[in-house]
Amino acid sequence: MASALLRLEEVGRDFDVSRPWLNRVLEGLPRQILRAVDGVSFEVRRGETLALVGESGCGKSTVARLIVGLYEPSRGRIEFDGVVLTDPRRRAEVRRVRRRMQMIFQDPYASLNPRWRVREVIAEPLRVLGLAASKSEIEARVAELLRQVGLAPEDAEKYPHEFSGGQRQRISIARALAGRPDFLVCDEPTSALDVSVQAQILNLMTELQDRLRLTYLFISHNLAVVSHIADRIGVMYLGRIVELADAGRLFSNPRHPYTRMLLDAVPDLEMSGKPRTPVAGEVPNPLAPPSGCAFHPRCPHAAERCRRERPMLREAGDTRVACHAVEEGRI
Amino acid sequence: MREALARLWDHDLAWSFRRSPVTVAAAAIAFICVAGAVGAPWIAPYNPYDAASLSLENAFLPPAWAEGGRLAHPLGTDDQGRDVLSTILYGARISLGVGLAAVLFALVLGVTAGLVAGYVGGRTDAILMRIADVQLSFPAILIALLIDGVARIALPDDRHGEIAIPVLILSIGISGWVQYARTVRGSTLVERNKEYVQAARVIGRHPLAIMLHHVLPNVMGPVLVIATIHIATAIITEATLSFLGVGVPPTQPSLGTLIRVGNDFLFSGEWWITVFPGVALVTLVLSVNLLGDWLRDALNPKLR
Amino acid sequence: MSAPLLEVRGLRVEFPTRRGTLVAVDGVSFAIAPGEVLGVVGESGAGKSLTGLAIIGLLEPPGRIAAGEVRLEGERIDNLRGEALRRIRGRRIGVIFQDPLTSLNPLYTIGRQLTETILTHLPVSASEARERAIGLLRDVGIPAPEVRIDHYPHQFSGGMRQRVVIALALCAEPRLVIADEPTTALDVSIQAQIIQLLKRLARERGTAVMLITHDMGVIAETADRVAVMYAGRIVEIGPVREVIHAPRHPYTAGLMGSIPKIRAGGARRRERLVQIEGAMPRLTAIPPGCAFNPRCPKRLDRCLVERPVPVASGANEVACWLYG
Repeated sequence: MASALLRLEEVGRDFDVSRPWLNRVLEGLPRQILRAVDGVSFEVRRGETLALVGESGCGKSTVARLIVGLYEPSRGRIEFDGVVLTDPRRRAEVRRVRRRMQMIFQDPYASLNPRWRVREVIAEPLRVLGLAASKSEIEARVAELLRQVGLAPEDAEKYPHEFSGGQRQRISIARALAGRPDFLVCDEPTSALDVSVQAQILNLMTELQDRLRLTYLFISHNLAVVSHIADRIGVMYLGRIVELADAGRLFSNPRHPYTRMLLDAVPDLEMSGKPRTPVAGEVPNPLAPPSGCAFHPRCPHAAERCRRERPMLREAGDTRVACHAVEEGRI
Repeated sequence: MREALARLWDHDLAWSFRRSPVTVAAAAIAFICVAGAVGAPWIAPYNPYDAASLSLENAFLPPAWAEGGRLAHPLGTDDQGRDVLSTILYGARISLGVGLAAVLFALVLGVTAGLVAGYVGGRTDAILMRIADVQLSFPAILIALLIDGVARIALPDDRHGEIAIPVLILSIGISGWVQYARTVRGSTLVERNKEYVQAARVIGRHPLAIMLHHVLPNVMGPVLVIATIHIATAIITEATLSFLGVGVPPTQPSLGTLIRVGNDFLFSGEWWITVFPGVALVTLVLSVNLLGDWLRDALNPKLR
Repeated sequence: MSAPLLEVRGLRVEFPTRRGTLVAVDGVSFAIAPGEVLGVVGESGAGKSLTGLAIIGLLEPPGRIAAGEVRLEGERIDNLRGEALRRIRGRRIGVIFQDPLTSLNPLYTIGRQLTETILTHLPVSASEARERAIGLLRDVGIPAPEVRIDHYPHQFSGGMRQRVVIALALCAEPRLVIADEPTTALDVSIQAQIIQLLKRLARERGTAVMLITHDMGVIAETADRVAVMYAGRIVEIGPVREVIHAPRHPYTAGLMGSIPKIRAGGARRRERLVQIEGAMPRLTAIPPGCAFNPRCPKRLDRCLVERPVPVASGANEVACWLYG
């Protein structure tokens, strides 16, 4: 088994979503803390694609941002290739390893500075990270990167608005690749794209992964996309990972009731007429999460213990599941 | 070069400009005003500050078309025999200069404050914006009077003339920065959360570089609109202060000073001394305002 | 097939701009029978939403219907204006938009919004209207409707809000509901609930539904027939099973192939998805002949110059020279 490139241990992140101080005092409101991510542990192995799936508000994008350093974790530790990123004493070292991870964003219309030419967009990491010395070197590298993502070197002189959504996403990928990273965090990279374009981008990402030996953390709400691209999948619900398994296993034998519910909810394109259990309820308010297992109000297998005690992510056969019912062998 | 011009001509902004006759007219008038003001030393028939060329015999001449007027002084002369047309041109130069400088000062101050407040957020933001709130509760003129008063006390009498214009620019500028700061802060809050800024952060760019290279160019649109309209407001404020006598000294009169000086003669029949500078002021301000309105509409995608 | 409830023939929507007239919907014809769910599917910019807006007369100026006609139960409605149009909208055609938040007025309780709509269109008393509203809320699956009716939109979650919007669209018992991306803003688990709800309501009430979406999965779950749009034109229309399992038009085939599918077990990873090269043309640059020709793997010479006319191919109707 390949070694872990990235490891998260009990990582948590809180957001202070309180009203402004003056309002709080005048209206007598308490501080409000949103636990966006809580006790998340997983590792990403070299060369694999780990996907995090979940519905909006489950904290998957926050995990992505914690890893690339856009947010500081409130708790826990993140380790990349043996270097603890959360260690303030090893600043220089952290800076060095951070260069090896880049991010691809969701919205191709917001992820490129509208006033910059494509050349400048892609050259920015080259300049900042000092990866190319001369102007001609930068130019050559930009052309190479554009070709790599299926665009023409002449496109370098254009502005982002001259491109379609799919082409912009290619530019985003070229920028992410400019620093020669070995780890890419992809936050819903295709969910703003049309399906035919999504297919182009997914194919491109798979090709690049093979060619450049990249490791991906792939964030998505779309199970079909995830089943296509991921080696392993973590299912998140209200800031926690409820199930973590190999992609094949997760889809053939989902263990956690939430995973089952998600799979059941995916529209059936094959029109096989398979019977579907109607999905019950909605994601609760993350500011007031249910006690015990956060999924218990919607869970058909909920028992007294589920209301009381929070289940931990435990090995269950060849998967890891956070569910009392699975642990007790009830399902 | 030719291609660039063609591109400019074809630009949406240029197109919306061509389609609005009022805007074209306003731009033409504003251009004439600015050209007249900037080129005053070459265009004006006389140099009104050249004491040697003044003679009191020529005082109180009416405009050329009125009885007793002379073609040599088309808009007549004032109490000291200065040519009114020339004083207007020179006055507009001072008014415009003060206005532009004040706007530039306010813009730099406001944009910087707004950018920092919006990008850094937290306590810095809270402090800067509270200062802005306090500032807003004073009318511009009061602030100008205050600064002027302090400057007068702090400096010896004989230097008042020298510092009058810088003080004016400072006071009008300070009273105007809040608007820029608030607008820029708002846009910065939006831009800061856009993914291109996050991408730059992931690359590891310094916050200052992100603010300057990424955020700033994308928040400048509304600032240009405010600045254009602010130029008109600044000219009016300058005129008001000069009219009240705390602005530009009569030795170097701006349009406001001219109106005030002329005002003394309004009821003795020499109306032209005050009316023509007044008309010039209104024309200048109105044309700049119309340009600003057009720019606001043209840059606002919702109104298109 | 019974007489169509809605019939659209040769619909053309244009946007005059400074750089010439853009044709956003071009020669679109279809019909919906009572109780039928017609899915209209296409990628962004295909003109599917504009088709819906044109039918209900909600095109934003300068957009306008330049040709064609729209008939509701045999009566032309595309030339109606003002009051007559408003009476059709709401009374005979209900509308559901993508974003439930903007479809509801945040200042009024949902009960007030429902009863007002009912009172505008139906001859009932205020108390009857309220009864009806409660019944509708129960129908769309809102728990404790007697209490919830007096709540404001912000007190509902996203999924519940979309249910309220559906109730609002149904409250005057329209014969046709136009649903524009009704599930796009929702999470998968909620999306499934809303799809089931729409399907059930259409069946129970005999309401025809025009379901506009970019999501083939939603269409597969809900629609009886499906129209596939590309660059403002319908390229293929037919029974949903036929279109999904045996697509005729190269664009439909490509679209179906490009959708990643979940297959339990097995190593389907790394399997390349079918991809259609390029992107849909911008409205300013729709190629002559067949609009799909630059991206089409089966292009004929004819496709470059001559626009294909729809022909029958099995149960489907296809606008492609490969079939005619």
